Amino acid sequence: MLIVQGLLEGLFNGVSIGAVLLIAALGLAIVFGLMGVINMAHGEFMMLGAYTTFVVQNVFKTFGSPWVEAYIIFALPIAFLLTAGFGIILERGVIRYLYGRPLETLLATWGVSLILQQFVRSVNGVIIIGLVLFSALFFGGLWFISKRADYYRIKTLVWTIMLPVCLGISGVVGFILAQTFKLTVTKPWFGAQNVDVTAPAWLRGGVKVFGTFQIPYARLFIIFLTAACMLGIYLFLQKSRWGLRIRSVTQNRTMSSCLGIPTQQVDSLTFALGSGLAGVAGCAISLLGSVGPNTGQNYVVDTFMVVVVGGVGKLAGSAVAAIAIGTINYFIGSGTIAILLQPIKPLADFFTFFATASMAKVMVFFLIISFLQFRPGGIFPQKGRTVDA
Amino acid sequence: MSKRINRRKFLLYGGATVGTSIFLKACGGSPTASSSPAASPTGSPAKSSPASSPAAGGGGTIKVGILHSLSGTMAISEKSVVDAEQLAIEEINAAGGVLGRKIEAIVEDGNSDWPTFAEKAKKLIDQDKVVAVFGCWTSSSRKAVLPVFEEKKHMLWYPVQYEGQECSQRIFYTGAAPNQQIEPSVDWLLEKKGKEFFLVGSDYVFPRTANTIIKAQLEAKGGKTVGEDYLPLGNTEVTAIITKIKAALPNGGIIYNTLNGDSNVAFFKQLQGAGLTADKYPVMSVSIAEEEVKAIGVEFLKGHYAAWNYFMTVDSPANKKFVDAFKKKYGNDRVTNDPMEAAYIAVYLWKAAVEKAKTADDLDKVIAAAYGATFDAPGGMVTMNPNHHISKIVRIGQIRQDGLFDIVQATPQPVVPVPWNQFVKETKGFACDWSDPKKGGKYKTT
Repeated sequence: MLIVQGLLEGLFNGVSIGAVLLIAALGLAIVFGLMGVINMAHGEFMMLGAYTTFVVQNVFKTFGSPWVEAYIIFALPIAFLLTAGFGIILERGVIRYLYGRPLETLLATWGVSLILQQFVRSVNGVIIIGLVLFSALFFGGLWFISKRADYYRIKTLVWTIMLPVCLGISGVVGFILAQTFKLTVTKPWFGAQNVDVTAPAWLRGGVKVFGTFQIPYARLFIIFLTAACMLGIYLFLQKSRWGLRIRSVTQNRTMSSCLGIPTQQVDSLTFALGSGLAGVAGCAISLLGSVGPNTGQNYVVDTFMVVVVGGVGKLAGSAVAAIAIGTINYFIGSGTIAILLQPIKPLADFFTFFATASMAKVMVFFLIISFLQFRPGGIFPQKGRTVDA
Repeated sequence: MSKRINRRKFLLYGGATVGTSIFLKACGGSPTASSSPAASPTGSPAKSSPASSPAAGGGGTIKVGILHSLSGTMAISEKSVVDAEQLAIEEINAAGGVLGRKIEAIVEDGNSDWPTFAEKAKKLIDQDKVVAVFGCWTSSSRKAVLPVFEEKKHMLWYPVQYEGQECSQRIFYTGAAPNQQIEPSVDWLLEKKGKEFFLVGSDYVFPRTANTIIKAQLEAKGGKTVGEDYLPLGNTEVTAIITKIKAALPNGGIIYNTLNGDSNVAFFKQLQGAGLTADKYPVMSVSIAEEEVKAIGVEFLKGHYAAWNYFMTVDSPANKKFVDAFKKKYGNDRVTNDPMEAAYIAVYLWKAAVEKAKTADDLDKVIAAAYGATFDAPGGMVTMNPNHHISKIVRIGQIRQDGLFDIVQATPQPVVPVPWNQFVKETKGFACDWSDPKKGGKYKTT
């Protein structure tokens, strides 16, 4: 009975760890899997999602009692939209110039991740006002001038003059604001500290199953959320018009372009979808872990691991890989395997040695590396002529 | 033609570069502006007398260094310590300074990176010619700068509770030694809460050393270590550990927590989710103070315990003055905690030592004068011992609804620090006394 209970508990815990891994990896499975973009800033998108949750929570706190409990429901779509927006900016601003150059993409997105981390640490009123002012002046000005017939002839000149002027104006305005209003505008919104995201009361605690085993509501919520996201992505990719376009661009970009599919828009959309899912993941992990500038870094390695083990380009592969890694990690780390193997002394000793959080990780990494030796393509390797593309 | 284009390109890039640098300057200017109220009292003496503050450190001001992480993982904790140090310096300056000279603080960022700490320490000593450095938080950063301070025969004031097993002539430790935090809390738990302990910690030097001490102490006093586990720094998946805790302590018991940083948040959130409540599984933490409670969320921490020398709720006139001054300077929502108090003490003890030695520049004299220096600290009277640690009161607090601590236990007298642990075999019978040249940092007492 005890062993059955242990196994059941292990299975549930494994699935719940896997669900966290999977929801974190879903966005990357799309961005890395379908587009082939190595997005090192994926973790930071999660972090932005988590901070969005924090802001939404604080806004809802001011609304009073029934709303506070529901903030997470609103935080999810807002986090999705916000990070999707950031994703579009990143794709249009940086990544589209680097398609087909994975190493440069890696470095550029890593730089972006550092910028985003520092951004949430030091963002304050002045920075936001400066950024908005600059964007309005510069891009507004460009849009205005671009309507002139001779725009292309004077383009360089316009840039040369506009850029420093706009930077100068916004810089000076920011400086003056900082000097006049002092702390009210220069106080960092979040600061370098972690911020407190408290799950609503109905997600704290858990439901008792048997004995000492209690299923936490937050875990259940994440499992359902992950399932819902998977279903949503499946339906979107398989049943919708844009999903069809995304799949066709993934399979053969040139041909899709010939047939009139707007590949650039498809790229933006795919990247936005992946980033938005990262935001949802950020919202979900705020229920379990800390929310701070470094939150994303704690997950980015795991997410790449899941995608690579699952097979690049296969969502189902990511799902299987996440659940498998989660379960194995749990069974080794909690010492369940060691207990099961009690009759066989040397094996039990071996697994007891690995039954700590750090050593379990070592073991999991070792297993993954050996697995990839036999199946370099992951659990579900991609077949056909798109492999090399 | 191509030449023209090149020139245009040059103009474009040049213009962009100049513009960007202006913009960045402006942006960079704003954080400075935000900290300028903090920096101005210390910075203004230098501005008012630029000619009279040569690099040699003589003249109008006394230069001290502040070396903490203002960026990176540790910035979370270390920023507030810098605030406390600057508050102390400002107060001293407002009261006339030290030996009639104002203190000028030079703040360096250790960037949560241990080699950077060593580099910045060298810079503060060699270039800025400071006469003392207040700094470091993690044991790793302290161990990284220790050779620098010993080689250059300089002086570091270290304000954080730590694992002990160190006694450098060049470092003054104003945080708790293990016998001023860990050991009394274990004693209290054994007496009040039970005999079975599960030890959880982050996977680095402080938790592992601390747990070695705890295990030895439990063995000596009839307690039992039923399990221990270490989480890699930054890891937020603690399900496996919770299962182990439940298996080892099916009917409840004590969890002794030496986790640090982000893992704490995950640990407490998931502990509550798994149904391990404070009444059956009380957690004693040694790295959760008022600031961390705010960041983790009080809902998850209510009823758990922490051991420190100082809590914001200490009821004394000195503490009231400290808290009021701090809130006045940094805002009403700020809280004070133990490392901040220790940093505040460090500055004042240094001042006392300098005044007793009648010099700030002759470091050997300052160090000798520091022994026996006292200060009426917010947490009670403290005394610097010849072993470079301070005697201070030990308290245990229980986290309450508003995120502050109910003090459930306080030692009646300041506890004398013991840097070399007496429960651990390798250091049993050793002590430290720098006032006697024959004894030094580690000598046998018996």
